[in-house]
Amino acid sequence: MFESKAGILYIAGIGFFALAFVSNALVPALMYDDIPEQTVAELVNSNLRYQFEDLARRYPESFVNAYGDAPGGAAEHDQWWDEKCAEALRYGHKLYVGEGCWHCHSQFIRPVSNEEERWGPVSRSWEYQNELNRPVMFGTRRVGPDLCREGGRRSNDWHAVHFYRPLDLSEGSPMPEYPWFFDGSPDKPNARGLAIMTYVQWLGSWQESYPHYEDYVPSMERPDEDGDAEENEE
Amino acid sequence: MPRLTLQPVLSKKLSWVVYFAWQGVVTATAVGLLLGEAQGLEWGETPVWVDPFALLGLLLLAVNFMPPIARMKGPIYVTLWYFMAMFVWTFLTYAMGNFVPEYFVTGTAAGAVGGLFIHDLVGLFVTPLGWGMMYYFVPILLKKPIWSHGLSLVGFWGLAFFYPLQGIHHFLYTPIPMFLQYGAIVSTIAVELVVTTVIINFFGTIWGSGHVVKTNLPIRWFYTGMIFYFLTCLQCAFQVTLTFQKIIHFTDWVVGHAHMVMFGVFTMWIMGAMTYLLPRLLNRPWYSLKALEWHYWLSTIGIAVMSADLFLLGLFQGWSWAALEPWDASVDISFPFWVLRTIAGLSMFGGLLTFIWNIFKTWTSVPQQSAVVEPTSAA
Ligand code: HEC
Repeated sequence: MFESKAGILYIAGIGFFALAFVSNALVPALMYDDIPEQTVAELVNSNLRYQFEDLARRYPESFVNAYGDAPGGAAEHDQWWDEKCAEALRYGHKLYVGEGCWHCHSQFIRPVSNEEERWGPVSRSWEYQNELNRPVMFGTRRVGPDLCREGGRRSNDWHAVHFYRPLDLSEGSPMPEYPWFFDGSPDKPNARGLAIMTYVQWLGSWQESYPHYEDYVPSMERPDEDGDAEENEE
Repeated sequence: MPRLTLQPVLSKKLSWVVYFAWQGVVTATAVGLLLGEAQGLEWGETPVWVDPFALLGLLLLAVNFMPPIARMKGPIYVTLWYFMAMFVWTFLTYAMGNFVPEYFVTGTAAGAVGGLFIHDLVGLFVTPLGWGMMYYFVPILLKKPIWSHGLSLVGFWGLAFFYPLQGIHHFLYTPIPMFLQYGAIVSTIAVELVVTTVIINFFGTIWGSGHVVKTNLPIRWFYTGMIFYFLTCLQCAFQVTLTFQKIIHFTDWVVGHAHMVMFGVFTMWIMGAMTYLLPRLLNRPWYSLKALEWHYWLSTIGIAVMSADLFLLGLFQGWSWAALEPWDASVDISFPFWVLRTIAGLSMFGGLLTFIWNIFKTWTSVPQQSAVVEPTSAA
């Protein structure tokens, strides 16, 4: 059996593979089967809507270019914003994947290594049960910080300048520049820029502790007032 | 395949079809990535519209290479165990990894499948290919049989059973259920024991003729690769524990680990095999033996320095994060290490350039009739 063709083909080739698939893939799949998977439309929440409308206020021209004008009428109006927001979120996710942001940024907080202190509540399964986690965006390497609690931590302006030229905000940052998210200057994000900012602002917007600010203070610095550590940085 | 089974492949034409289809798949992937069409799957960023073609290619490959095995009579050699299983595994793994987390499951479960996918690609595609090659070339070059047939059996079946069970160890401390994480950790440690038996088997084989590594370059490549393999696996047994994971996950340690196994082991084996085969295929001796030495040393020193550099850096990064230093601190400490890593990478790259130059020179040199090499072109 151990050296026969049939043994190798059926037991090792197919049998062991199937065993691993059942135990390592099917089991978790069935365990999470009861958590409904959210569609992108369902992911739009009030925190995200706020940020998305903020983009429209800050960059009116870019916004109209990308999404057109909001229609009149309260109900349609509301629906329009939700739809456009979902559209931006979906596109932002595509860019996040296509640009390889996930090669440098993870999206999960582990219960170890003081990650809760730095980034906020430990990640839970239900947070990933949605369309934008096919395949899941856990990430693989942290050159930059984890982003799964990034939403609301920084303003859209900050993100725009940062995506345009990370070095302007963070000395020595190895994060690449993304000039193609803009029409020539950081105050003119194009459809890509608006979408990636929507995506980044979405991350963690479902949390109760949103927006999550780091509650640690770098050991070198003394707090002059409480609140957001990063605002003190520059 | 034909050599080991003494049977032709199903169709030579099909071989060419697969060869060109493969070039097409690679080109399409490169274009797709540049267009931002990547699939967000570690190791599987091939755009979703390329995946079915790649899968078809893998199927054709199996269709082409399995018939010789099916037709042959009598016991099959170790290499063929590995290759046969590999054809099945690779196809299944590719299908599972690319389609399940995209179309069938989401979130945490997709993470588990993704882990299984990355892991199986190494363990059920690259590894069996590599060891299959070793079981083929080493006895030929050393002119003696593998030390222990029993250990070969242990190696193969141990790999087949334990390797696929470990996928989740790539995502420890994620929301994936803890009992599955423990399962993956235990089977990882188990497979390292199996690996040790394989290593013992190969060192048992070379025992008594160790001096050939001085003169026989392919053997030197092969055994250096095996040493790196052992180091990688030893490292695995430690880094898979939750204690290590706390610190090293997400750091450059893991990058070093991946480089050590992919370059230090499998690339080395391929280089060794090429060093051995090219003069036979081209029917002339190597243009420059010195260049071959340079290729070997630049690669070996390069990968050793790069791995050591990244492991150390990984620890520093992990400790910096755990100590809640500002993020920039972990980037700042990385820079000198990244510089060293670049230098090491250039050394490896330089080795490859030397090799390419050597191949080119050998190819364009006037063929000499030599006694070692059969005059027919080896097909
Ligand atoms: C080469 C690795 C790399 C890539 C690729 C990368 N980043 Fe970064 N990112 C970093 C580093 C390092 C930092 C920390 C320094 C800084 O703020 O620039 C950072 C910081 C950030 C921050 C600020 C986090 C905070 O609150 O301090 C955001 C948001 C961000 N990146 C988003 C992205 C997005 C979106 C992409 C893809 C379009 C991306 N990054 C691609 C390395 C990278």
